[in-house]
Amino acid sequence: MRRLLYLLPFLLFIGVGVAFYLGFQRDPRDIPSALIDKPVPAFDLPPLPGRAEGLSSARLTGDVTLVNVFASWCIPCKAEHPVITRLAREQGVTVRAINHKDKAEDALNWLARNGDPYASIGVDLDGRTSIDWGVYGVPESFLIDRQGRIRFKHVGPLTPQVIEEQILPMVKHLRQG
Amino acid sequence: MSAIRLAAALTLSALVLSPALAVQPDEVLSNPALESRARDISKDLRCLVCQNQSIDDSNAPLARDLRVLVRERLTAGDDDAGVMAYVTARYGDYVLLRPPFKATTLVLWIAPFAILALGGLATALFLRGRRGVTAGADTAPLSEDERRRLDALLRKDDV
Repeated sequence: MRRLLYLLPFLLFIGVGVAFYLGFQRDPRDIPSALIDKPVPAFDLPPLPGRAEGLSSARLTGDVTLVNVFASWCIPCKAEHPVITRLAREQGVTVRAINHKDKAEDALNWLARNGDPYASIGVDLDGRTSIDWGVYGVPESFLIDRQGRIRFKHVGPLTPQVIEEQILPMVKHLRQG
Repeated sequence: MSAIRLAAALTLSALVLSPALAVQPDEVLSNPALESRARDISKDLRCLVCQNQSIDDSNAPLARDLRVLVRERLTAGDDDAGVMAYVTARYGDYVLLRPPFKATTLVLWIAPFAILALGGLATALFLRGRRGVTAGADTAPLSEDERRRLDALLRKDDV
């Protein structure tokens, strides 16, 4: 009994060590979304000049959709763009976009240069709709189910790994529901 | 003349060196009561980009947007709790610099007191144990054999 008591500080130390080891592996920038499993916020964003369709909450029901928040001034957006293009063109997932606090001209040039895989793009000039979505840093991507609920959120650029391991299995699961 | 000039220069530099405010003049509300409520609310809301600054302290564009939003809600007639609820509905409890007391934060709030109580209990037990030792309370009386050996040792000393 007495010997066990002497072991206690050592055991406590091990416990704290494990807690710190696991804690420091987590990314402090990865903040859990408050909107998971909630319907997408009500919004209606206009299209880019010269385009027919913007993006509204009504458009986000019926099909499983990835909503990507991007801006032409955002460097990681350019990095994830080929990944999103492949997702839309080859892996058959509908991708729509919110163009976040961007100049229309810059956004159009950026899309002309990098390709446009988006089914439609809504322009969020003042960033207010992005706040309704809980966006705190572009790029961010949301997976919406057929009922128009947010089911998954990824902060930062999408990578092939995130697509393979998280997005595609989830899309498959949501399409059945 | 030069003394006055020096004093003026010092005053001016002191003014220039005062800490920069994140809140821009164009954000400030004309109603001072509302503005002071907005400042108080902003001090309790975390800037999600810089994380350990409040939106009142931060120069990040998102912090500015949220400051403007807080002022809009207040102008629209929301009470302080309403504004907080509006922001937490979008960004979760994470934006609150003072975590709320609820089921998921129970450990956070209770742990320090629990550890203090545990330490107090351990200390109390330890001290009680020591008091017993000094009083000889936990020492068993000598057996017949031990007494004989002790007597023998003491007698040897006398010689």
